[in-house]
Amino acid sequence: MSNDRVDRGAHGVLHTAAVTAGESLLPVEGVEEVDHSRRHLLTAATVGIGAVGVAFAAVPFIASWEPSARAKALGAPVSVDASKLEDGQMLKVAYRGQPVFVIRRSKSVVAALGNHDDLLADPKSEDSVQPDYIKASGADRSRTPDYWVGYAVCTHLGCSPLGAFEPNNPYQVQGTDLGQNWPGGFYCPCHGSKYDISGRVFKSMPAPKNLPIPSYTFSGDARIVIGEDELPKSS
Amino acid sequence: MAAAHESAGPGKGLLGWIDRRFPLSVLWRSQVSEYYAPKNFNFWYYFGSLALFILVNQLVTGIFLTMSYKPSAAEAFSSIEYIMRDVSWGWLIRYMHSTGASAFFIVIYLHMFRALLYGSHRKPRELLWIFGCLLFLVLMAEGFMGYVLPWGNMSFWGAQVITSLFGSIPVIGGGLVDWIRGDYVIADATLNRFFALHVAALPLALIFLVIAHLMALHEVGSNNPDGIEIHDHNDAQGRPLDGIPFHPYYTVKDLVGVMGFLVLFGAVIFFAPTLGGLFLESPNFAPANPLQTPPHIAPVWYFTPFYAMLRAVPSFWGTQVWGVLVMGASILVLFFVPWLDRSPVASVRYRGPIYKVMLAIFVVAFVILAICGLKPPAGIYPELAKVCTVLYFAFFLLMPWYTRIDRVKPVPERVTGHE
Repeated sequence: MSNDRVDRGAHGVLHTAAVTAGESLLPVEGVEEVDHSRRHLLTAATVGIGAVGVAFAAVPFIASWEPSARAKALGAPVSVDASKLEDGQMLKVAYRGQPVFVIRRSKSVVAALGNHDDLLADPKSEDSVQPDYIKASGADRSRTPDYWVGYAVCTHLGCSPLGAFEPNNPYQVQGTDLGQNWPGGFYCPCHGSKYDISGRVFKSMPAPKNLPIPSYTFSGDARIVIGEDELPKSS
Repeated sequence: MAAAHESAGPGKGLLGWIDRRFPLSVLWRSQVSEYYAPKNFNFWYYFGSLALFILVNQLVTGIFLTMSYKPSAAEAFSSIEYIMRDVSWGWLIRYMHSTGASAFFIVIYLHMFRALLYGSHRKPRELLWIFGCLLFLVLMAEGFMGYVLPWGNMSFWGAQVITSLFGSIPVIGGGLVDWIRGDYVIADATLNRFFALHVAALPLALIFLVIAHLMALHEVGSNNPDGIEIHDHNDAQGRPLDGIPFHPYYTVKDLVGVMGFLVLFGAVIFFAPTLGGLFLESPNFAPANPLQTPPHIAPVWYFTPFYAMLRAVPSFWGTQVWGVLVMGASILVLFFVPWLDRSPVASVRYRGPIYKVMLAIFVVAFVILAICGLKPPAGIYPELAKVCTVLYFAFFLLMPWYTRIDRVKPVPERVTGHE
């Protein structure tokens, strides 16, 4: 108890002594001539440089949230050789964990694409997920009308639609009547959504939107690079 | 400091030893046993202490859940099932945590309603209110990320929908979504970082904000159902005449609140932990499946009012960003309530009919929005959501006018409701 009191007293003495010593270091007249503008400048400069340092130090942490090298490798563009596809044939490839269709379309099928717009929910693909150049291509929804590329994921519940490419053949999917005047397209076996061969959904289907289309481009006549808008400049 | 030591007295034994080194008794007296709170607190004043109680519940159960949970896309779902089936009492700890999340939001919504009822957001409590709004914001982030961790199918698709919202922001949207997800789809990297934020970063932010919230509260003093300042009438010692020490009066009262809460909390945990798909949605009992969307994606109930507002706004000019902006504004507008409220009186007891009607409409609109957000966007729900979104914003944005013209009653000098 008494020791504590002595300690506290000692602190008090030390504190007073420090203040006295501090005061004695400054000339009395000099105290009033502190250059505040210089002090503010130095403070602002220190804070400013410190902020720049913090901003640089933040870069690695923010960048660490970007897709990692492994994620980038797994999400890299997929190159598909479509040269062996005949008219009406289809390839299914995986891109970023999702199935993608590549279809060779005959001239007659492409020519007939504009004939059933009134049956479609969104003939101009206004409300679809796709690159701008696909939307601009109109009824084709493709970069060249011969090949159609799109996600094989129904916009209703994510099932994979089946190909039913033969026009005017209502019975090509087992157990289903696609109806007379079937223009050729896709049929989703889960809940019966129908799409035309550009992946445009018909009216009054469970699926609300046209099939989404990934970025893709051509490298050569029939090699399709999925996941790239343009070929990299170096190649 | 020296003065504090003297007022603390000489101090004997262990407490005296501590007090000479740490202001324990000083803090206890200034913040608890001699912190004077208005003596007319009512039912609505339970929810602050209940929120603190639930925060502790979430922290304790959360720490124990991390001991058995695996934050990886391959193992997360099965580690939750492991907790539910194989870990001793794991089911109880998990249901305490999942029910605690919903209870947290119920209590916070009632706590916020109390503020609007009695004008607790008004001068000099603006900063107290803003800390509260920040707490609500962090709590929403905490709730969202926590819901992703079980890696059920609703976790996955909920995360998909919510992170996609950022994609609607012009120019930077696409890159921002990849940055948040750490991949091109919701993936292992997303789960892992949400886990880090959910168990470390956001709880720290919550704790610091709670401390700031309480410090601001104890600086300005508690509001009360009459909305008047008890410190305007002090006794000779400077103690408010209408104040009573927080301890023992309100510690005991709040203990009663905790008991009542625990009865309801226990009833849900033991008899209806999913509460009919409201607290835990049924699609989340199936593992995440990137190729199979649940038939209907709805967030957990506490987000549905804001989700309904998001969906209520149609996309135009080729972008869906408007709904995202409206949803953001619905939270942001809360921060401005202290300055939107221009009424000469604080408490609803002395406000006029217009405020009472507007507050009632607001509450009804909020509840209807919550229901709309739970339902598929079909039938009358989209139209209902649009109307209620307008009403929600009308309550806040018209407040400067209707609070000014409203007829108010004279405010008493001293708190009422007792002799």
